[in-house]
Amino acid sequence: MTIDRRALLGGAAAVPLLAGLPFNGARAQANNTIKIGVLTDMSGTYRDGCGPGSVTCVRQAVQDSGVAARGINVEVVQGDHQNKPDLASTIARQWIDRDGVNVIIDVATSSCALAVHGVVKEKNSIMLNSTGATADLTGSACNPNTIHWTYDTWMLANSTGGAMVKAGGDTWFFITADYAFGHALERDTTGLIGKQGGRVLGSVKHPFPGTTDFSSFLLQAQQSRAKVVGLANAGVDTINCVKQAAEFGLTRRQKLAVLLMIASDVHSLGLQTAQGLSLSETYYWDLNDRTRRLANKVKGDMGGAMPTMWQAGCYSAALHYLKAVADMGVAQAKAGGAETVVRMKAMPTDDDAFGAGSIRQDGRKLHPSYLFEVKTPAESKGPWDYYKLVRTVPVEEAFRPIADGGCPLVRT
Amino acid sequence: MAAPQIVLGLVNGAFYALLSLGLAVIFGMLNVINFAHGAQFMMGAFVAWMLLNWAGIPYWGALILSPLIVGAFGVVLERLMISRLYKMDHLYGLLLTFGLALIIEGVFRNTFGSSGLPYSPPAALTGAPVDLGFMLLPKYRLWVVVAAFVVCIATWLVIEKTRLGAYLRAATENAPLVQAFGVNVPRMVTLTYAAGVGLAALAGVLAAPIYSVNPAMGSNFIITVFAVVVIGGMGSILGSVITGFALGLVEGLTRVVYPEASATVIFVIMAIVLVARPAGLFGRA
Repeated sequence: MTIDRRALLGGAAAVPLLAGLPFNGARAQANNTIKIGVLTDMSGTYRDGCGPGSVTCVRQAVQDSGVAARGINVEVVQGDHQNKPDLASTIARQWIDRDGVNVIIDVATSSCALAVHGVVKEKNSIMLNSTGATADLTGSACNPNTIHWTYDTWMLANSTGGAMVKAGGDTWFFITADYAFGHALERDTTGLIGKQGGRVLGSVKHPFPGTTDFSSFLLQAQQSRAKVVGLANAGVDTINCVKQAAEFGLTRRQKLAVLLMIASDVHSLGLQTAQGLSLSETYYWDLNDRTRRLANKVKGDMGGAMPTMWQAGCYSAALHYLKAVADMGVAQAKAGGAETVVRMKAMPTDDDAFGAGSIRQDGRKLHPSYLFEVKTPAESKGPWDYYKLVRTVPVEEAFRPIADGGCPLVRT
Repeated sequence: MAAPQIVLGLVNGAFYALLSLGLAVIFGMLNVINFAHGAQFMMGAFVAWMLLNWAGIPYWGALILSPLIVGAFGVVLERLMISRLYKMDHLYGLLLTFGLALIIEGVFRNTFGSSGLPYSPPAALTGAPVDLGFMLLPKYRLWVVVAAFVVCIATWLVIEKTRLGAYLRAATENAPLVQAFGVNVPRMVTLTYAAGVGLAALAGVLAAPIYSVNPAMGSNFIITVFAVVVIGGMGSILGSVITGFALGLVEGLTRVVYPEASATVIFVIMAIVLVARPAGLFGRA
């Protein structure tokens, strides 16, 4: 076999070309790909409120954003932090360093939220937090890489707590989950009660997670003779508390303030036990045409369950992020997390979950909040028909005033 | 202040006693550390829910049927998998049953979600709480203590005072010899496992109206229950029952004095017991 010079030269020229082709191709694709990581509780107490439903809602947002038509690829990955802050920050680091994740969405559980909050700042990435509740994310611990999307402990205290105090519940006893979220919720509610002239008679902190029997704590609450027993916990803990409070007849003389309860919790409790409870959310599927439209889009992929405010928040956050990406271009959006957040704050938000809104300088997403009362079994027309709207708290009152948060990003 | 907490501690102690009783029976007879016990407790509660919602069978029926159904599931597990491990180290049984527990929990979580299902106490046990003078105790909780106590005593009597129990005890000491007398030891072992699993399921049905019926309800209990079994002495039936009730009391009192430590106090006691009496309070060294 003989090789002539021309063929040899041609082959030599072709080698780098061939070798280069897939490489350039992959890079071109990567350059136009945004990677969203949904980091949430897939297996623990908060799973039903966020979990797989959050992933479904983010995927829906990707579809609704229309970025595919502009040639932007979006990849969605998911992770289970099992409500462990150390695991949450490990996954976040891996995602950012190794897997090229550009934005982390959801991050349930305040302790995990605070952990990832630190990671995204260090790596100049982005966290759009929907399920974590602690108002510290936009308060003393605020940073330029996080937006707190759906709700927070201050908003819950203000809406549910405020309504309770106004209705005459001026003495309180707290049953509090012993971690960042419970502490923040108790602190914010205590602040509000004090401001409105009420008093806190005592509180008891229960281990999280892993407490199933709350009867000892409920008994202590009963003995305190406080008019209101505030539950500064969430998920299965709150469900167990409400169930056992009914069992012990606590609600005969005292009022139960469920400071954080969402639609999936009510679904699990059943209306027989949950009826009459007051609670606050920023999204309820049956609020208006737009909220119903969102629910109808995603419920098929969620086994017929309606989206909770946490999941709807993931939708809204992902949608707004992708709008900003489309606006500033993929390359620029990937260059720096803080810069993208600045753009997101500059753009008004508008989506089916929360309607029109905005993002404040301290990272607080603003929209109205709603005080609901849980319907009686007779009032409910079917599954997921659970709430009566009692009061709409307007945007300007729903969240902590920016000056009170102590966020260093805010120039006074 | 302390008296009501002691009563509530007894209620939790009743669950610890029932669960650790099943574990002790299984460990005593099979030498298997049944880590799937929590999952079987959870299955007991879920089967009660299914019986009510899918077949219209109320609480009292579930109290009998659910342990039978979950016990039958135990028979399948024992025959297909666990029986292959009797000749091996304890560790293999522990790993197998732990894996099974994770799979069972995962299947239930995927099917039913994590926040749980509602299950109401039977009508006869609802209504005004019983006035004990120093506190109001819901009727249902009183029933749990009584039921658990009766079941524990009955199990102890069967094992210590009947011919069947004598065979069982003899088989644990020297299985080939008992078999030589014409007793079908493998079948007896299978049924013992099923009985232990049935006890877990019974505890699950008793727990369903109090706690949220959710896939994690067993794993919340099981670690504590293992500590109870270790403190009582592995395989000691009376030891696990007494320790179960006693540790429920200790936990209840901790919830008054220093609630944050209520999840840890049992493990502190376990550490002390292991140092001072490695075979447990009632175990034979």
